[in-house]
Amino acid sequence: MLHPITPAHYLILSAALLLIGTLGVLSRRNIIIILMSIELILNAVNINLITFSRLFDQVNGQVFAIFVITVAVAEAAVGLGILLAMFRNKETVQADEIDLLKW
Amino acid sequence: MLDTIFFYLFALLTLLGAVLTITRRSAVHSAISLIVSLVGVAGLFLLQRAEFLFAVQIVLYIGGIMLLFLFVIMLVNLDRAERERQFSKAWWLALACVVGVGAEIAYFLTKGPAAFQFPPGAASPGVASAAAGGNVERLADALFSEYLLPFEMASLLLLVAVVGSVILAKKRI
Repeated sequence: MLHPITPAHYLILSAALLLIGTLGVLSRRNIIIILMSIELILNAVNINLITFSRLFDQVNGQVFAIFVITVAVAEAAVGLGILLAMFRNKETVQADEIDLLKW
Repeated sequence: MLDTIFFYLFALLTLLGAVLTITRRSAVHSAISLIVSLVGVAGLFLLQRAEFLFAVQIVLYIGGIMLLFLFVIMLVNLDRAERERQFSKAWWLALACVVGVGAEIAYFLTKGPAAFQFPPGAASPGVASAAAGGNVERLADALFSEYLLPFEMASLLLLVAVVGSVILAKKRI
């Protein structure tokens, strides 16, 4: 009844996580939750990298996952700093109310 | 057998946490759901024999990034945002895009295992895996020999990010 887990299982899970994260980025208004959805997308990428690292028996994928996590940390720190500065100026965290550059 | 049970357990945690993250009204609830999802991903790393990344995921993601998120949620006044509409007006467009990409992925998955075949040369063991030892040793070997320059540049990137976020969050720029 229980099938053994193949790399395809991990890839399907990673694709689902990527789609959920993309939906969050595209449809939510709250910028904090958009940043969290970006973390979901990066985690989906990491699952993919680890799966192929295991499949090919190389550690290169794990090294890249470490770099992805580094970039995620930098992105979260800078993104939340921008969010604080923006909240101080415009008193809002809704993405569609920050429309200064909109035509 | 046990692997299968744990895979489905962690996959359930991951997907349930992710869905809750993008649907909750309160940002704190979203952050806690995201922590659940990240724990699931950490468990998947452990199932894939990536012990070091499991530890990094727990310590850095859940301990570091999520703490940062929770602090910012406390610093920013979200009362008004919680009372308003949560999804943008063009949510149907977002859903259409996601369904389109999902259909594309599903098409490749229906091609079965043939979609996951790789040329025989791709699986040849690299330099890094030639060295024996556990996961952490192999990772350290690769990180401090083959990937030394990117590793140092990552530390520089983190320094720049720290300085940049401090300057951005200052009262007067």
